[in-house]
Amino acid sequence: MAVNLATLRSHVELALVGRVTAPFSYRDRHAVETVSTGIAEIDSLAGGLPRGALTEIFGSACSGRTTLLLSALAARTAQAEACALIDGCDAFDPHSAVAAGVELKQLLWVRCRNIEQTLRATDLLLQGGGFGFIALDLGDMRADLLRHVPLESWFRFRRAVEDTPTVLLVLEPESNAKTCASLVLRMEAEPARWSTTLETHAPDFFRYPPSWLSEGFGIRAELLRSRMQPIATNSFQKPFASAGRSELIETNVLRSYLSVTRMESAPK
Amino acid sequence: MAFASIHVPNFPVQAVVRAEPGLGNRAVALVDGTPPIWNVVAANEVALLAGIELGMSKSQATPFRAVEIRKRSRVQEKSAHAALLDLGASFSPRLEDTASDTIILDISGLTSLFGSDENISAQLVQRASALGLFVHVAVSSNLEVSLHAARGFSGITVIPPGEEAKSLGQLSVRTLLPSAEILETLERWGVRDCAALAALPVLQLSERLGQEGVRLHELARGACLRSLVLAQPGVCFEEEMALDFAIAELEPLAFLLGRLLDQLCARLEARALTACAIRTHFDLEDSFEKDFQLLSESSPPKLAPKTYEKVLRLPVPTRNSKMLLKLLRLQLQEDPPHAAVLKIILSAEPARPRAAQGGLFLPSSPDPEKLELTIGRLAKLVGPTNVGSPELIDTHGPGDFRMARFAPVSDESTIPSKNRSAVAHGSRETPRAAFRVFRPEIQANVELQQNYPTRIYFRGMRGNIIAASGPWRTSGNWWREDPWQQDEWDVEVRFDSVSGQSQKISSPRTQNGIYRIYYDSLRAAWFARGRYD
Repeated sequence: MAVNLATLRSHVELALVGRVTAPFSYRDRHAVETVSTGIAEIDSLAGGLPRGALTEIFGSACSGRTTLLLSALAARTAQAEACALIDGCDAFDPHSAVAAGVELKQLLWVRCRNIEQTLRATDLLLQGGGFGFIALDLGDMRADLLRHVPLESWFRFRRAVEDTPTVLLVLEPESNAKTCASLVLRMEAEPARWSTTLETHAPDFFRYPPSWLSEGFGIRAELLRSRMQPIATNSFQKPFASAGRSELIETNVLRSYLSVTRMESAPK
Repeated sequence: MAFASIHVPNFPVQAVVRAEPGLGNRAVALVDGTPPIWNVVAANEVALLAGIELGMSKSQATPFRAVEIRKRSRVQEKSAHAALLDLGASFSPRLEDTASDTIILDISGLTSLFGSDENISAQLVQRASALGLFVHVAVSSNLEVSLHAARGFSGITVIPPGEEAKSLGQLSVRTLLPSAEILETLERWGVRDCAALAALPVLQLSERLGQEGVRLHELARGACLRSLVLAQPGVCFEEEMALDFAIAELEPLAFLLGRLLDQLCARLEARALTACAIRTHFDLEDSFEKDFQLLSESSPPKLAPKTYEKVLRLPVPTRNSKMLLKLLRLQLQEDPPHAAVLKIILSAEPARPRAAQGGLFLPSSPDPEKLELTIGRLAKLVGPTNVGSPELIDTHGPGDFRMARFAPVSDESTIPSKNRSAVAHGSRETPRAAFRVFRPEIQANVELQQNYPTRIYFRGMRGNIIAASGPWRTSGNWWREDPWQQDEWDVEVRFDSVSGQSQKISSPRTQNGIYRIYYDSLRAAWFARGRYD
């Protein structure tokens, strides 16, 4: 029986020679190439962003989603990849992006007004192809609107990006892509850090009100789903964490204090 | 020396058929004249077999149902002649513009490129066919012999040196284009072909027909020598089409634009060039809007322009007619002409083809032609000002930027080194907190205590400010009509909790976090600019 199977196998392989490289070898669809997010902690947590798959980042406002998006954009544009940002709420700030290291010439920014435009623009860009990174920013949209996005839209996006070198990143207030997302991260904000002159001026508080400086805030990222298996490539690779693990990232504020004149409140 | 003459038989008909490829296998007759008198001035063989005769009136020709009757078009003849010159220039820079339907090329030295004279002739016929022209080609070492052979023999004719007189012998003397008086004399003598004319004694011919007779005798023997009158084919790539009836809808207009673009791209290809811009010019019918305005006495009439002009600039030169048509359609959908179209002129700005060298290790980037199409579609979807690459403006104005054309580079070395080093793989640098902008900015009510903001109210939410950094005073444009003066604050807000259904559908714009607010001194109001995320 075993001899017959081997003969049959070799016969089929001979018949398919030149058309199919290895007809009986298993093709692992979960083995994907990943790229760096630009934030070391998240890279060590999630293993980077997968190419040819949909990544979902969700969290409340001020939870650090945009910080992660700009870091990833900066990392991709620095590698001279063509990137696209479909801005569902027209909330992108180019100044903030430049401060984060994004090379604006490599970025196609599509400013949309509603969810229909946003989904249609995403379809057009995915069909056009050739982009290394496409981000869909739905972060400021109402959660109840996003819940009504049909599931087939997410499936269509996943299918369109499959077997391509494109990273598709979606920012949302809630997770909606369900099983279409290969990587799901939940972001949460930690308390902001302030430096203050409160203690030094405490004895004479009303004469000299305290000065405050924002130093940034912490972000907590939690890995909810990852269906990736690393492959040996020359791209970024890190050992992956199991779902449920989280990492804390500290951020700096954007403002450059040295270039702006500080106005102290005049004592009354 | 070797010369190749290219002759387009029945040139006026072919010029019309070139613009309407559907007429290729049908009987076509052209009429011309001053209305209401129209006469048939040209017809193809199929039409002549069907019974059409040159000179018959249009009313006589109309009953022939199988024959397509068209008006002779000088515009299309001009385009067809330009295409003929492009065909010649694609083979040899030494060419003579002999007539509107005939050109002569000096093909000396082309053997190493194209092969034998027969191969050269075959390729000329093939390329002419791509340009929508059916041509006769004749090759000879004598310029005049090649010219008359092309006019007299159909298909490809190669005349070996020394056999000129023998080859031309079968041709009718009409091919030599004698004057009507001499032609009548020759016919009276019974001289109908070149062999008979060449056999006449030249001295007696000179006595009876003068110098013209001697010239015809030399032509018939293939002994007339003259040099090539060189012509410089222009670089004007323009195609025109005048319409019998005005077109108001996009679909039929796009159909005609597609034809013209096919012709333009074929001409560009013949000259090994591409287009870096396409200019569209329409002559428009008098618009209803104008008539309507003329009727109204209350307002002065506003005359609408009778032409429509647009320029389609391409980021990369191309001669892909299908892609160009899609881009033109998008452009027309975005800004359609205000009246029906009577005449179309399409012209291409020629450019050298793009030379691109792919690299194994370069990152993937969108195909430039496909990208332009995608951007065109996106511009139609969200508006042309909402698609592009953001560009910072050298100003202190808060949040100022402009949109530029998206033109990514594939070469990593063109990216500033500071960006590359700053975002190296696995960077351990602390990331910058990103800022999200509210567009338009949201008006807010802010309560102050000792000049410090303590409570804020905007978008139906009220919150306590637990920390504030500011004010950061900026001002500018005081010398212009739109000055600004602002005191900015970074504030950490903790909003009062809301309950039930309103929490579920609350806008994500109002959630705890660090916001940037400012007091506009000129408008005397507080606004929320955005938040850190």
